[in-house]
Amino acid sequence: MALSGPVHTATLTDNCLVRNDWVCGEYLRTRRDDITDALVQHVTITVISVVIGFVVALVLAVVARRVRWLRGAILGTSTALYTLPSLAMFSLLLPFTGISTSTVVVGLVLYSLTILVRGILTGLDAVPADVREAAVGMGYDGLRLLRQVELPLAMPSIFAALRVATVSTVALTTIGMIVNHGGLGNLINRGLSSNFHAEVLTASVLCVVLALIADALLLGLQRWLTPWRRTVTA
Amino acid sequence: MNGLLDGLTWLLDAENWAGPTGVGARLVEHVWISAVSVLLACLIALPIGLWLGHLGRGGTLAINISNVGRAVPTFAILALLYMTPLGLSYWTTIIALVLFGIPPILTNAYVGMREVDRDAVEAARGMGMSGPQLLRGVELPLAIPLIMGGIRLATVQIVATATLAAVISGPGLGRIITSGFGRQDVPELIGGAIIVCLLALVVEGLMAWLQRAVDPMRRARRRRSRPDRDRGMPLVQDEVVSGA
Repeated sequence: MALSGPVHTATLTDNCLVRNDWVCGEYLRTRRDDITDALVQHVTITVISVVIGFVVALVLAVVARRVRWLRGAILGTSTALYTLPSLAMFSLLLPFTGISTSTVVVGLVLYSLTILVRGILTGLDAVPADVREAAVGMGYDGLRLLRQVELPLAMPSIFAALRVATVSTVALTTIGMIVNHGGLGNLINRGLSSNFHAEVLTASVLCVVLALIADALLLGLQRWLTPWRRTVTA
Repeated sequence: MNGLLDGLTWLLDAENWAGPTGVGARLVEHVWISAVSVLLACLIALPIGLWLGHLGRGGTLAINISNVGRAVPTFAILALLYMTPLGLSYWTTIIALVLFGIPPILTNAYVGMREVDRDAVEAARGMGMSGPQLLRGVELPLAIPLIMGGIRLATVQIVATATLAAVISGPGLGRIITSGFGRQDVPELIGGAIIVCLLALVVEGLMAWLQRAVDPMRRARRRRSRPDRDRGMPLVQDEVVSGA
């Protein structure tokens, strides 16, 4: 008779953590440090990956424009990389980089290349030939031509690619949880294995919010860097 | 480099291919579940995308659904669905895959229809073609490359995402990778990753071929500058994106 009811009910306080609610303010309050750590890791990994990816993509795009026969090879390889599933990509990098942030960053950089190289190439290709000739006639050449004439004109296309790449990278970072460096993905994974509703939902929502914030920031940066287009887009 | 060779050796061992959890069974699961998901995603997204494109309405929705789809982590959706009453059933995986297959198909179908030469549409209208005739006889054939590009992108994504189902103990080749992680068995882990990559590349190759094969205008298009390669990529249109 004594075993007919739950024995410990009396000692449990009734709050949303105990009820395993999906939305739970108590979770945010008690695990604030965990969440902050995961967010910081997530943002760090994303920023490092996108920055490295952008630099590499810029170099590759410029090379692809200079050396015609490399263009197909660069585009083809980056397309092939894009089709590789993230879980497999991170696993294949393991023998080289081990269980570390590098594994995740290298994987994310490789993914971002596809979109970034294409975006930068599209932008540079779209620079009108007469503008380029005029600049060359005025004595611009090499890096100066690229930096002061071609890149500014390619900006809209580059930023479009950068925004897509950044948003995808924020989402993909979660898969880093497979090597325990996935930022918010770690929280999702932990919540998943302990059936902790609030943890999974909170981390997922934060991921989407992070992606939206990153997108908005890049849009702001683009407006700031291309003042001549403001009137056009507004 | 040794890790990769060990993985290859593991993969070439016939013993690892047999049995209900062997590579063979997982491969069949993976292909089957991906195929069902691609079909369902097409059934849902194609009619909506084509119709919106035909009417020229709902552009914001059709374009932004892809942007939203990119921002939502696949892993999060799989985890959330797993925690619903669906739990461990195959449907959890299929629903997640379909959800991520819809945006590229819908967006590409819409953009494909909108990018059809307006002169051709006007000419067809002038010849007295009705709405459905116009859709079937003029717009659809001209939009096929972009529509197929969307299906190709969705298929590649679905095959990739199906790998991820393994983290919720779902079906598919990803299970070899997670089992390798779980048992600290590096050759199994790498072997699994290699077969997953091979499958993805084969599917991408097949879809690229299919895309070219079904294009009714491919001879006329051959001289165009935009290479076929680009058509399997996410649409990045700065005008549309920045206008949002």
